[in-house]
Amino acid sequence: MSNKIIHWFKYGSPQSFYPLAGKMIPWFWALAAIFCVAGLWIGFFVAPTDATQGEAYRIIFIHVPASWMSMFLYIVMACWAGIGLSLNTRLSSMMASAIAPTGAMFAFLSLWTGALWGKPMWGTWWVWDARLTSELILLFLYLGFMALQAAIDEPRRADKAGAILALVGVVNVPIIYFSVKWWNTLHQGASISMSKAPTMAITMLWGMLVMALAFWMYSIAVALQRARAIMLERERHTDWVKYAVE
Amino acid sequence: MKQADALNQAGTLAELGTLGVLLAVARRDLLLALRRKSEVMTVLFFFVIVVSLFPLGIGPEMALLRIIAPGVLWVAALLAAMLSLNRLFAADYADGTLEQMVLSPAPLGLLVIGKILAHWLVTGLPLVLIAPLLGLQYDLDGRALGVLMLSLLIGTPLLSLIGAIGAALTLGVRGGGVLLSLLTLPLYIPALIFGAGAVEADISGLGATGHLSLLAALLALACFFAPWATTAGLRIALE
Repeated sequence: MSNKIIHWFKYGSPQSFYPLAGKMIPWFWALAAIFCVAGLWIGFFVAPTDATQGEAYRIIFIHVPASWMSMFLYIVMACWAGIGLSLNTRLSSMMASAIAPTGAMFAFLSLWTGALWGKPMWGTWWVWDARLTSELILLFLYLGFMALQAAIDEPRRADKAGAILALVGVVNVPIIYFSVKWWNTLHQGASISMSKAPTMAITMLWGMLVMALAFWMYSIAVALQRARAIMLERERHTDWVKYAVE
Repeated sequence: MKQADALNQAGTLAELGTLGVLLAVARRDLLLALRRKSEVMTVLFFFVIVVSLFPLGIGPEMALLRIIAPGVLWVAALLAAMLSLNRLFAADYADGTLEQMVLSPAPLGLLVIGKILAHWLVTGLPLVLIAPLLGLQYDLDGRALGVLMLSLLIGTPLLSLIGAIGAALTLGVRGGGVLLSLLTLPLYIPALIFGAGAVEADISGLGATGHLSLLAALLALACFFAPWATTAGLRIALE
């Protein structure tokens, strides 16, 4: 056992990564389910009712982890795309394209739950709050990435063009965030701010962290599954795919 | 023979110098644009028409128009700049000139900067020059008009630089025009915020210096990074 060396780079090729991903997916699904149940249980039964916001605040257990994940996934996607561009590895680019729809889904989920939260709290579905606005722009960036990849037929060119767009986007995300924040503070000085909320109960924080873990595991499981599908599609002319499908 | 050719080209490259190459590309593109004046005018008239549509849609109250003027003028400039991006590389891509540029001994980044410069002179600068006239329709005072011009003067090159990345990435791609807007408009947002913000800040008496400085900082950043990303995009498109 001790002198058995694992050649990690072996898993850089779709042929050997495909079965490995297949083995890992059920575990990540299971972890996602466990964390999700635990997080929702903390969120609904353990966390106390908020003094000012009542029961409606409980949507943050979905809303906050979803927006965390949407931002985090964009960085992960850009990292994979950058690795794919610089090292010319096929699998990295496939991972980048596999992550994009999940990231866009989380960005959308975050906006949706933000609107649902805003209605009882602020009386409107939409507020031009700095965070909501930058989340919306993040969704646009995801959509641009996916649209560009979908428009180019040749997979290698799609990978590379998408990688450059993702890298340009990742440089721009902080610039956009701070410009939107500044714009927001200039235009509505004394508006409602989520960051001014009273100190959070520790159980609320735990609920959000556990839900974030659940979303994380879910993202890995879904991204791997999507990557497996992309591998089969792109390598359909090779022998290993024929064996794998049989 | 090949070597002699290469030497010959290197000789002309050395004669022209770095700035010379850049100016030669810019001059060529300007010359081409002047031969097809209607295209230049189309962008300008688009800008004028979009700006004139807003009072028709909103109503002629001057108090309201004065408030929305910076935003309307900037959004219209954004759209006009975006519409003209398609032409930045498309013609050269279609007739193979772009491929020769990639193969030439001069650095591609330099040629790209020359093209972007020409593109700005043809499509960006006219917008800057006509903006005060449109600002008058919105009842902006002299100071605000000056700030508007200054913000557009700093902002429109920024739009050309960022847009060039999108233009390179969507070169020869299906539905390129619409896709281009989807890619570049989100990246234009900081320019819009600081550009329109400068004029608004000046009108409200806060002073436009902060906004203009940030806009100039973005321009400096884009001057460095955008040609780099654009050349990478062009190389991918021509692979």
